[in-house]
Amino acid sequence: MNLVGSLFSSSIGRKILMAVTGVILVGFIIGHLVGNLQVFQDPDHLNGYGAFLHNLGPLLWVARIGLLVAVFIHIWVATVLTIENHAARQVKYGVKHTIRATLASRLMRWTGVVVLAFIVYHLAHFTFGYAQASTFKENIPHYFMAEQYRVAGFPVIDKGAEVLDLRTMVILGFQQPIVAVFYMIAVGLLSVHLLHGFDSMFQSIGWRSAKWAGALRKVTIAFCLAYFLANAAIPGAVLAGKLQPSEPARVAAHR
Amino acid sequence: MVAETKSKSLSITLRVWRQAGPAAPGGFVDYAAKNLSSDMSFLEMLDVVNDELTMKGEEPIAFAHDCREGICGTCSCMINGKPHGPGHGIATCQTYMRSFTDGDVIVVEPFRARAFPLIKDLVVDRSAFDKIIQAGGFISVRTGAAPDANSIPVPKPDADLAMDAAACIGCGACVAACKNASAMLFVAAKVSQLGLFPQGQPERDSRVLSMVGTMDSLGFGNCTNQYECSAACPKVISHDFIARMNRDYLRASVRATFKPASASAAGGGG
Amino acid sequence: MAKLDSKVPSGPLADKWRKHKTEIKLVNPANKRKYEVIVVGAGLAGSSAAATLAELGYKVKNFVFHDSPRRAHSIAAQGGINAAKNYQNDGDSVHRLFYDTIKGGDYRSREANVHRLAEVSVNIIDQCAAQGVPFAREYGGLLANRSFGGAQVSRTFYARGQTGQQLLLGAYSALSRMISAGAIELHANSEMLDVVIVDGQAKGIIVRDLITGEITRHAADAVILATGGYGNVFNLSTYARGSNVTAIWRAYKRGACMANPCYTQIHPTCIPVTGDYQSKLTLMSESLRNDGRIWVPKRKEDRQKPPATVAEPDRDYYLERLYPAFGNLCPRDVASRAAKRVCDEGRGVGETGLGVYLDFADAINRLGEAGVRERYGNLFDIYHEITAESAYQQPMRIYPAVHYTMGGLWVDYNLMSNVPGLFVLGEANFSDHGANRLGASALMQGLADGYFVIPYTIGDYLAGQKPGSRPSVDAPEFKAAEDNVRNATNRLLGINGREPVSHFHKRLGKIMWEHCGMARTKEGLEEALKLIPALREEFWATVKVPGSAETLNQSLEQAGRVGDFLEFGELLCLDALKREESCGGHFREEHQFPDGECKRDDTNYGHVAAWEYQGAGQTPLRNTEPLNYEFTKMSVRNYK
Repeated sequence: MNLVGSLFSSSIGRKILMAVTGVILVGFIIGHLVGNLQVFQDPDHLNGYGAFLHNLGPLLWVARIGLLVAVFIHIWVATVLTIENHAARQVKYGVKHTIRATLASRLMRWTGVVVLAFIVYHLAHFTFGYAQASTFKENIPHYFMAEQYRVAGFPVIDKGAEVLDLRTMVILGFQQPIVAVFYMIAVGLLSVHLLHGFDSMFQSIGWRSAKWAGALRKVTIAFCLAYFLANAAIPGAVLAGKLQPSEPARVAAHR
Repeated sequence: MVAETKSKSLSITLRVWRQAGPAAPGGFVDYAAKNLSSDMSFLEMLDVVNDELTMKGEEPIAFAHDCREGICGTCSCMINGKPHGPGHGIATCQTYMRSFTDGDVIVVEPFRARAFPLIKDLVVDRSAFDKIIQAGGFISVRTGAAPDANSIPVPKPDADLAMDAAACIGCGACVAACKNASAMLFVAAKVSQLGLFPQGQPERDSRVLSMVGTMDSLGFGNCTNQYECSAACPKVISHDFIARMNRDYLRASVRATFKPASASAAGGGG
Repeated sequence: MAKLDSKVPSGPLADKWRKHKTEIKLVNPANKRKYEVIVVGAGLAGSSAAATLAELGYKVKNFVFHDSPRRAHSIAAQGGINAAKNYQNDGDSVHRLFYDTIKGGDYRSREANVHRLAEVSVNIIDQCAAQGVPFAREYGGLLANRSFGGAQVSRTFYARGQTGQQLLLGAYSALSRMISAGAIELHANSEMLDVVIVDGQAKGIIVRDLITGEITRHAADAVILATGGYGNVFNLSTYARGSNVTAIWRAYKRGACMANPCYTQIHPTCIPVTGDYQSKLTLMSESLRNDGRIWVPKRKEDRQKPPATVAEPDRDYYLERLYPAFGNLCPRDVASRAAKRVCDEGRGVGETGLGVYLDFADAINRLGEAGVRERYGNLFDIYHEITAESAYQQPMRIYPAVHYTMGGLWVDYNLMSNVPGLFVLGEANFSDHGANRLGASALMQGLADGYFVIPYTIGDYLAGQKPGSRPSVDAPEFKAAEDNVRNATNRLLGINGREPVSHFHKRLGKIMWEHCGMARTKEGLEEALKLIPALREEFWATVKVPGSAETLNQSLEQAGRVGDFLEFGELLCLDALKREESCGGHFREEHQFPDGECKRDDTNYGHVAAWEYQGAGQTPLRNTEPLNYEFTKMSVRNYK
């Protein structure tokens, strides 16, 4: 069987697909988080960053499609495996005792589904503007860059440029407690998902072994905790009033 | 310490899955087992219950057993929801009644998996494991064709690791414990054992591809890395071997796709 | 009267096998596929034979009563496998292994067979290493050896404490390979219940499918039995519960001679019996005797005292006292009988009084608990699992148990019984261990027979059979044998008595152990010969076998086996009675030296006793095959 056939039709191949798409998605969420944490800096940062991403044009679409494919494969594999796994034990046990499977590992299906629902909402909220349309991108005043925005030393957005005020959009969004709490719960569940998924990726690809499994586990826990806290900090800070929309002096009048 | 050598008497309720045949309806039946000795093995307790059933004219509980010292892999019950019962690193036959307390209700069920169809009561058909081994769990060496045993040195760490994997007794507890009824630990143990030896290299790729393919076709589930298998394994075989097999499988798939092969080669890999 | 021609080739001992191989007939490669061979059993001997014959091109059918060939009881052997590789450069050789085996067998085995065994032992290790058997290795990557069972050289190869398992899985992998190649038809869950003899030759078997109850006929050009030993006639033994005498017993009833059934080996270091419910005795490795000291209290009154409170001067380290040179390391049979003697004197320990202490206190003082744990940790764990006692804190209790049977169906040099076409391999035959088997030699013999002897010798027989001459399963002999099996099954189910099978097995075991165990007397054996037929009669009148013949019915399986044991046990006792000497595993109290050693009678009993069935209720005929020692001098074993 060739490689593609192996990956898509065998049990181990599908697990490897699950792991590889998992790696891609973890890479994405790390980048996404690092970008978003700029909300705590001067508005130039998050808004400049947003404008930079927007200006990537076709490249942005390549990344988006890549991510979409990864998400799709991740979910497809999960669904197929779930169906097969159900079929593999048709008569259930009267009593079944779990020996060491972690809670996170046993909740993968549910955390995965909730995270998927969250992603849909999240995209509707901040990417497409279906939810909370009144505070979406074009519907709030534009922002003027106070300084030049650089990425890796390269100037990408000029000083004084007129850009979307994404930072204000985020803050206005999270000023609604229901939205903020839902967001925090969702990143919490995503962290739980990763608590199993992160070191599981290494096992599926074949890189995990008892020699460093303990260290890997610690890294996994630390990562998941940090990921959750950093993510939750954004709506948390908004609710606590620590983050405020851009000052009127720095934005253009509403169109 | 001496005090604990004295056996204690206990009475328990045995809640056993009874099913006359694969197509017959099954269900739990309670049996009272009284005045047992704590020094009895679990299977000896079943012997006693069965003798009582026989004398009452009922059919005894069918259960698989043979060596009763934890090496043949025949015994196979779920005891209180755990393959081979409450102990760690032992088989059902090595479980003693002192692991239970007076008045306990002990639930005994067969291993359940689509690939292990039920035969009767607690006995299931594990011939799927034989089929997996037949798919490639061997090194092809004709009798008499072997070179001198010391002509191929094997690094001691590899040989020791291979022995860890080879300790598998083929009981199926890994499948029974896995929520997906996956046979990955069983297959990984054999793939790893043979893959660790220089003698096993020529067939390494074809072996893993063929054994995994056969495993999949027999209706076992997939691994979700929860490691219930290794926790339930009476020989405590590590799930590290599963990672090793995953790696082997990926490598074999890549090679099967890209490695040049002679156009005139007849036969060959799995 | 059966003709017992050993067919040992002439010529110098070391040349016999080579010469024989060049002289025996071969089967044309194109003809091999026209021959069908039935192999019953899938232990070391059965699996290796089936795989190898299939590789040669024969069509093979393999029958095993287990649910998988991998579960055969060879799997439980712990210690190791001997081979005259001399990798340690410590003076080992084929001749030395041959000599040790002959001497260890107390000069009751056939010289030529034993020499061949020693010769092919080296090929076995090569074969197994090539199969991926994970033998223990040294840091340089070469194979490790240990000294075992008191041997003076290190010739034992091992795979932790699971050598039998690993060798069996190696043979099973070879078997599996040939199954997938379509060369072997595997019949698992299939118990052989009769051999079919057509025109005086073994040409098939009758089999019961243990799952469906279906009884089927199978024809072949030759039949190989590799069905293991009969130690479960004692009920309690280190054998698996399923191990039985049925296959070889039914062959015996079809004319194959049963040789030396009284040669049974008792292993001194097993965990004692705790109660009536007990089903199994567990072996603790003999290696424990390297550091443990065996003792019982000097006075009966002290036997129930906690061992720590028995003062040093009140302890009797009886092996050290009786055998100062070998001490706790004296041979299995000697150590076993000494344990029985002290227990008979009322000094045995534990609740039942049938046990002696194996004490590690000195070893712990010398090596520290960690040192002892390093050497024996896993064994101490097993002991703790079974007894809930810690051998670090109090002495282990041990007692001898039946462990191996040297006797079996009589075979010639070609491993063919006196019934042409019926071959017998491994523990099921009698040939190589004489009256006592050395440690680590059982695995060697099983694999030697299967991998390296039968593939040659079966050709000699088959070459004389016209291809395609095998009878049809519709032949009247097959029908008669099938009817025989059906009748026996129906008879068992029809008794509808009140006692479960296990009760009879237990009672038989007690009779055997008491009267025909470690030490035997004329009176005891005569008593057993009265008790066993009476018990057998009771069995056939009052046994209760519930269920039907058409499904999995473990009671029925067990009833058939115990029924055979009840007949076989009588023959075993008869053989023990008629062998008026002591040798190896057969100890007659009347025949001993003043120090308790075996007193052989080479003049009158330097022969194999091969019993021939004469019909139900008739005394079987005792044929003899003289043992002509051409190359070795029969001497007295001395371990002082």
